[in-house]
Amino acid sequence: MAGSNILGNLFGRSPIGPIQEHMQVANQAVQLLPDLLRASSAEDWDTAKALHKDIEQAERAADKLKRSVRRHLPKSLFLPVPRSDLLGLVSMQDSVANTARDVAVIVMGRNMRFPESLQEGVLEYTEACAATSNQALLAIQELDELLEVGFSGREVKLVEAMLKQLDKMERRTDKLAIDLRGKLFKLESELPPVDVMFYYRVLSLLGQVADEAEAVGDRLQVLMAK
Amino acid sequence: MEIIAQHGTTFMVLACLFGFFMAWGIGANDVANAMGTSVGSRALTITQAIFIAMIFEFAGAYLAGGEVTSTIRKGIIDADVMAGHPELMVYGMLAALLAAATWLLIASIQGWPVSTTHSIVGAIVGFAAVGISVDAIHWDKVGNIAASWVVSPLMAGTISYWLFISVKYLILDTEDPFHRAKRIIPVYMWLVGFMISMVTLVKGLKHVGIHLDLGMGGDFADAALASALVGLLVAGFGALLLRRVQEVPNSQNRFYSVERVFAILMVFTACSMAFAHGSNDVANAVGPLAAVVSTVQSGGVISAKAAMPWWILMIGAVGIVAGLATYGWRVIATVGRKITELTPSRGFAAELGAAGTVVIASATGLPISTTHTLVGAVLGVGFARGIGALNTRIIGSIFMSWLITLPAGAGLAIIFFYIFKAIFGFE
Repeated sequence: MAGSNILGNLFGRSPIGPIQEHMQVANQAVQLLPDLLRASSAEDWDTAKALHKDIEQAERAADKLKRSVRRHLPKSLFLPVPRSDLLGLVSMQDSVANTARDVAVIVMGRNMRFPESLQEGVLEYTEACAATSNQALLAIQELDELLEVGFSGREVKLVEAMLKQLDKMERRTDKLAIDLRGKLFKLESELPPVDVMFYYRVLSLLGQVADEAEAVGDRLQVLMAK
Repeated sequence: MEIIAQHGTTFMVLACLFGFFMAWGIGANDVANAMGTSVGSRALTITQAIFIAMIFEFAGAYLAGGEVTSTIRKGIIDADVMAGHPELMVYGMLAALLAAATWLLIASIQGWPVSTTHSIVGAIVGFAAVGISVDAIHWDKVGNIAASWVVSPLMAGTISYWLFISVKYLILDTEDPFHRAKRIIPVYMWLVGFMISMVTLVKGLKHVGIHLDLGMGGDFADAALASALVGLLVAGFGALLLRRVQEVPNSQNRFYSVERVFAILMVFTACSMAFAHGSNDVANAVGPLAAVVSTVQSGGVISAKAAMPWWILMIGAVGIVAGLATYGWRVIATVGRKITELTPSRGFAAELGAAGTVVIASATGLPISTTHTLVGAVLGVGFARGIGALNTRIIGSIFMSWLITLPAGAGLAIIFFYIFKAIFGFE
């Protein structure tokens, strides 16, 4: 009598848990970036290689989760929030992981090491970007609580406060980036031009991680808005 | 009249067998839907669910199952048309029981979602319209029943929607949901106690032979007062249980403790759901049985007024419990595993909305589908943005089950009707 039960078939798999898990994995990739840059600054390429592998792995795991979330969101599902918003949220979360991977690929592929005078600033910047992603994860982890109260009331206010904090953190990364670019600009004439190109590239990719983390927050905001 | 006199005992035995088999099927399959929500939200273990189901299905069937039984037994068919041929009534009701039971068996094996209620109503309408005459059916009554199949899920959905909204504003969306829950939940428990007691007092005690008089100037007022008191008792008992729930910090989900409070409430709504299910669905098995028995016992006089012997409801109630004990628990476990997304704070709203609707239908004598009502209730909670994901294709499969089950039940009943007629003869 397997398929005969109407009530059993009424319940679909809630996408909330898997979406939270997806962001967690995506954030995992981002959180490894500061360590990777630290290892590269110490020219500890063995550690860096291991970290790069971990980042690739996290990115692949995120891809897998993303596909599973999409597969379990057929059009016939009745959800408490619009389906398209959820799909958009997952896409954005996924690009956080992808961009983190892109950073790792460049750093590893070129055995990249930032100039000595920039090291400290770059680390601070990377930490700030990672923190932004972490804040986005914290907000996403409120999704199940949001579902519990039916996406309304106090819980929404709480999450909105978290998103405000997220915005603030992202603005800080912007400031740090401007600062770093300024310093790099002053140095660039003394450095190999191709290296300089990729320094800029990594800086902008790190900024993109923070931007995308903020965009995850934006998607969450759209989700909560009635 | 001779056929009845000659084969009366055979008819009675057959009717009891078929009726018991139907009741067994209801216990084995349908109860799972009534109890699955509680098991799925982990408010009850399987064992607890079985015990609650046994007690409250039985109580519902025995205390509040009379109205719907009488609808099935004599509300759909106009007995006067068959006045000269009581054996037709017997053949028809036997055929209806056998047809519904056969169809349910086929559907279960094939995995089609069908409803016991629709099978039996389709079967009765089928044999009467084709085997006797189109005029033999109270079409207005059948129209009401059909309308109730649409209205009941809508009503349950509406009630559940507002129940969940009330939970949202009164408990979940507050400063301290845990302590709010402990204070407010007894009110919902009162509602459960009041509802069950009200239906029992207004519709049940009559045939058990107890008359209540509290001097409120009317049966209804008496019942309301007594039920309010019973509700208070239930709420008091519930509040005692609630005191034992302690708040445990949980970093994963702040509402973890709150849900544990709701789980206690869900024990109560599970009781009401089992009671409601028993009160409505037992009729599908014992209604036709009662019709056969009363025809045979009155020696062929089809009387719409004959009282129903108490042991008939008993057969149904025992049959349901037997079905539960032998097979139903396994189905409950299966259903429960599939609906883990339903937390107690939603599960209770769905169950209470569905149970309230079913109990009202039982009191008015309308045979409705408990499962469809529960589906409506769950969708109602979904509309209040309370459930992660619901499969809307189910609505389509419900319509399909209406479209397929009614003619299938009717067709089989017509075939069996002519077979019985051929075997036992026609005056």
